Amino acid sequence: MTAMPLPKDHYDVVIIGAGPAGLAAAAVAGKAGLSTLVLDENAQPGGQIFRAITSTPVQRRDILGDDYWRGENLVAETRAGGAVIVQGATVWSLDRDLQIAVSLLGQSQIVKARRVIIATGALERPFPIPGWTLPGVMTVGAGQTLLKSSGLVPDGKVVLAGTGPLLWLYAAQVLRAGGAIDAILDTTPRGNYWRALPYALPFLMSPYRAKGLALMREVKRKVRVVSNVTSLAALGGDKLDAVAFSAGGAEQKIAADTLLLHQGVVPNVNLANAAGVAHRWDERQLCWVPVLDADGNTSVPGIAIAGDGAGIGGALAAAERGRIAAVAAVEALAPGKKSLTPDRSELSNTLRRAELGRAFLDVLFQPAQQFRLPEGDTIVCRCEEVSAARIKETIALGTEGPNQLKAFLRCGMGPCQGRLCGLTVTEMIAQARGMSPDAVGYYRLRPPVKPIALKELASMPHSEQDEKAVVRG
Amino acid sequence: MFKRLPDTQGAAVAVTIDGEPFNAREGDSVAAALLAAGRSYCRETPVTGAKRAPYCMMGVCFDCLVTVDGIGNRQGCLTRVEDGMRIETQHGKREARA
Repeated sequence: MTAMPLPKDHYDVVIIGAGPAGLAAAAVAGKAGLSTLVLDENAQPGGQIFRAITSTPVQRRDILGDDYWRGENLVAETRAGGAVIVQGATVWSLDRDLQIAVSLLGQSQIVKARRVIIATGALERPFPIPGWTLPGVMTVGAGQTLLKSSGLVPDGKVVLAGTGPLLWLYAAQVLRAGGAIDAILDTTPRGNYWRALPYALPFLMSPYRAKGLALMREVKRKVRVVSNVTSLAALGGDKLDAVAFSAGGAEQKIAADTLLLHQGVVPNVNLANAAGVAHRWDERQLCWVPVLDADGNTSVPGIAIAGDGAGIGGALAAAERGRIAAVAAVEALAPGKKSLTPDRSELSNTLRRAELGRAFLDVLFQPAQQFRLPEGDTIVCRCEEVSAARIKETIALGTEGPNQLKAFLRCGMGPCQGRLCGLTVTEMIAQARGMSPDAVGYYRLRPPVKPIALKELASMPHSEQDEKAVVRG
Repeated sequence: MFKRLPDTQGAAVAVTIDGEPFNAREGDSVAAALLAAGRSYCRETPVTGAKRAPYCMMGVCFDCLVTVDGIGNRQGCLTRVEDGMRIETQHGKREARA
């Protein structure tokens, strides 16, 4: 067997994910002298927000903007702190003994940690409209990834649809890069403006206000924006041809080669859920969030969660939560090194400032029910191609929860493991049965949380005892 | 359809897509290369044979599964292009091979 690619098999702190939270946590833990390992699935550090920050081919800095380039400092700070950052490392299991199974260069191995900080961030909320599986339909985040890592912008007839800050940021970036957008279909429900009003004051004091308004103005000068869109469908046979929508009661259709969808981001809960971390339903963000204390500690001793995976807070809040979780790790493992960490109360203050205005954004950009609870032939589970109608029929038979539904229909059983259908399924059951999403619950996830080749499992290091446990005779 | 910004840097990386040569760029993922090459889809699903293309580009949706250098079901968005890489679209279910 070839040598394992990681230099050691045990660390004080293992951080999963190299986005803002993971990098900031690693900088603090590394600087305090803890042996710190960062495992990240991507080819470069940065996560989604700072994707390709060390390698982007986009030359003009104004295209991606100052908030993006801030990631350069974070990567530099982390690298200087002494943490080992390993890219291309897919963590597929984490258990209560803080053993982490990671796949790297086609081989899997187990790493043992004294503390684990999960910083696996967020993913875009499912947007189950008719035709969302057609080639030509992607997420806005996907478009932004293509821009950041490859300098690619959409060509031909381009439509953006949905709600939330990322939609406007990406639109502005495409326009600055010289790209064109034919239309933006804004699905923000009109009633949200009134519902968000009680949360407006902290938002008015936050930096998001000026930035957000400026972005929207920049985009609206150049793009046709249709507000109050109440229905959406992607049309086409083998690929997208057109987008149908209604706004203000009128049905319309526009030709499109590319449709980019977005209705906010939600925590990526798969690894934490599989590790047995308790989650609760967040009524304002309409998603699962882990149950955490002020330091980010979960219900599983030794496992903390930082960043958007702890509940959506944005990049600035993510970095602060990462630092806070790392300070807690230093306090637990090397109290003598506390003086080498940033001041805890100052971190809390910075976090509070970064979270100003979040409640307003949560409510304003809460996606409408018809874009969360699909009907008829619309696909809910993309992997196993299960429609909303089949899910509704099966719920009507008395299905109690997502796990039973999975057993009946295979929804959530494909390679994405519920990432693209789980929230929809929970909300559909809750609506049909008149229960709260919390009472309905979520898929019980198990490792491997990312598919790995059987030969990788088979060739993992094992002892004579392991062999005796499974070999007969 | 996607186009490359005119001033992007990066060396050419020679790959083949279903046997046809294509020059990707250093730093491209396999999924980005497929889109840059104008490929409208990258696989047909095992369930109904429907055509799919990359959707999330961040490793969560598994719609960009392709065969890379003979190994099936690789996540195209998490695999970087390398010189000489053979990228193939997938059609229906994977077959077990001896």
